[in-house]
Amino acid sequence: MTDSVGATTPQRLRFEAPLALASGASIAGYELVYETYGTLSPARDNAVLVCHALNASHHVAGTSAADPSDLGWWDNMVGPGKPLDTDRFFVVGVNNLGSCFGSTGPMSINPATGRPYGPDFPVVTVEDWVRTQARLADALGIERFAAVMGGSLGGMQALAWSTLFPDRLGHCIAIATAPKLSAQNIAFNEVARRAIVTDPGFHGGRFYDHGTVPAHGLSVARMIGHITYLSGDTMAERFGRTLRRHASDTALRDGYRFTFDVEFEIESYLRYQGEKFSKYFDANTYLLITRALDYFDPAGAHGGDLAAAMAPARCDFLVASFTTDWRFAPERSREIVAALLANRRRVTYAEIDAPHGHDAFLLDDVRYHALVRAYFDRIAAALPGAPVRSAAPARDHAVLAS
Amino acid sequence: MSTLAPGATGRGTAPVMASQRPDANGLRPDLAVIADWIAPGSHVLDLGCGDGALLDHLQRAKRCTGYGAEIDDAQVLACARRGVDVIQQDIEAGLDVFAGSRFDVVVLSMAIQATHQTERVLREMSRLGAEGIVSFPNFGHWSHAWSILRGRMPISREMPYRWYDTPNLHLSTPKDFEDFLDGLGLAITRRGFLADGRPVGVLPGLRATQAIYRFRVRPVRGAA
Repeated sequence: MTDSVGATTPQRLRFEAPLALASGASIAGYELVYETYGTLSPARDNAVLVCHALNASHHVAGTSAADPSDLGWWDNMVGPGKPLDTDRFFVVGVNNLGSCFGSTGPMSINPATGRPYGPDFPVVTVEDWVRTQARLADALGIERFAAVMGGSLGGMQALAWSTLFPDRLGHCIAIATAPKLSAQNIAFNEVARRAIVTDPGFHGGRFYDHGTVPAHGLSVARMIGHITYLSGDTMAERFGRTLRRHASDTALRDGYRFTFDVEFEIESYLRYQGEKFSKYFDANTYLLITRALDYFDPAGAHGGDLAAAMAPARCDFLVASFTTDWRFAPERSREIVAALLANRRRVTYAEIDAPHGHDAFLLDDVRYHALVRAYFDRIAAALPGAPVRSAAPARDHAVLAS
Repeated sequence: MSTLAPGATGRGTAPVMASQRPDANGLRPDLAVIADWIAPGSHVLDLGCGDGALLDHLQRAKRCTGYGAEIDDAQVLACARRGVDVIQQDIEAGLDVFAGSRFDVVVLSMAIQATHQTERVLREMSRLGAEGIVSFPNFGHWSHAWSILRGRMPISREMPYRWYDTPNLHLSTPKDFEDFLDGLGLAITRRGFLADGRPVGVLPGLRATQAIYRFRVRPVRGAA
């Protein structure tokens, strides 16, 4: 594949200096796992940080060298010639603190006890993550990102970057995100967490010591999450009321088996997704990350005034939402846009008419990708050192900027 | 042939007018007049901004800032490609997203005749901007009267549609429009008339194919 960044190998950095967390706790001696694609320009001005959402990782693009079947979670967006073009940009993907793909998290050994942190791992926030990402940028010699980009929870990190480190990014690209969760969103997270903590295998979060995994709870949590990532139309189209049939189905009445086992295709699909997830995702990390989602509310410290919260931002913004996304609906993105407009920030906002619900931000949609590509053309054209290899409009802009 | 059709008001609606000879800046004639009327450095909102040609010009030539509002996907992409900040929004669905913003000028070019809630759009314009500028096709052009005398609905460069496929709902003449602004408490600060892209001085009501108005909220009597 010529449009892939190819085989990727994660790197690891250790940070000894204690980091004060929003909770009041602090953490020292933590490690972050990250991947980079493309080449950092001599001026070190073409770096783009890609922030991940709930269940993703530092492995943004390409195929894992250790496991060629492991494709990066945003491989359709990031690579040579792709909307985020690694021929022009130096892309950094980092696994967030508290996650379970290599960075320090609940599964790591707590130096204080010599046992896994488990439930003792400090609760972290979106802002905490951004601060750890800034430290990684320091270590990589990146004073200022050309852009910080993310979807969903990743979009929240991008937004937080714009106000916590206003001078350290040129552009914020926030996709399918929200300025805070709604009560309905928190409710979904709480149901997922209850499924996990009430699983007998959870053992108060110390399941590593017991040699168990709360697989059932994790699986139910994932099923709930998955429902909210799809649109009703997508579900209807893909599954409808199609029944799952078995070879043993001999005596059906009205087409049904009259049991509580899997009867509909949608049940089978959700169970499969849940079980798959429970095999690779850490239950304590699920609790941590959903909590970080719940807590994110930059306007909270400003009496609910999002415009006031966004006032420190100095970068330009691209905000995009998807018409059928009901988890992070377009209305929530428009709240962000309104706050940016009130601050006279440069902002482009697109409402992509896509059928796939929240998941659309991860999918290959022509209009969506064309827009992101056009926006990165604009970013690239304004970089003095970066060669502009794309379409004429970008060249026009280069003339403007020079 | 460029397709500088201004913003349709529904997703994917057909252009409101045919393309016209662009001026030296590549701008449609009414947009060239509008650009001329806008002071350097102004903060501008262009409702139904199409491909962003006006804002692009204002940013380059007059150091203006601002946004376009546009519903059509292809036009939104065209704006992004030329570095014009666009907010994808149906201007008739309300302009709440701009509620916390104030602009020096709000522009509505060659789109008012296709709006459903014309009065509401004008009221929102006057609330968001210190000044408003509107351009529209003059339904009172003599050729239209001639066409109707001959028993046919007029078809012209500015209104190239047949009676059954036109997106135009609220066609007017300059006099009609002036009464409309007056009724909304809006004071006209400048008028411009074009015939096939060239200025019209004499008998504009009959000879102009396009009219352009600048207005602001009428000062309350007795106020300073």
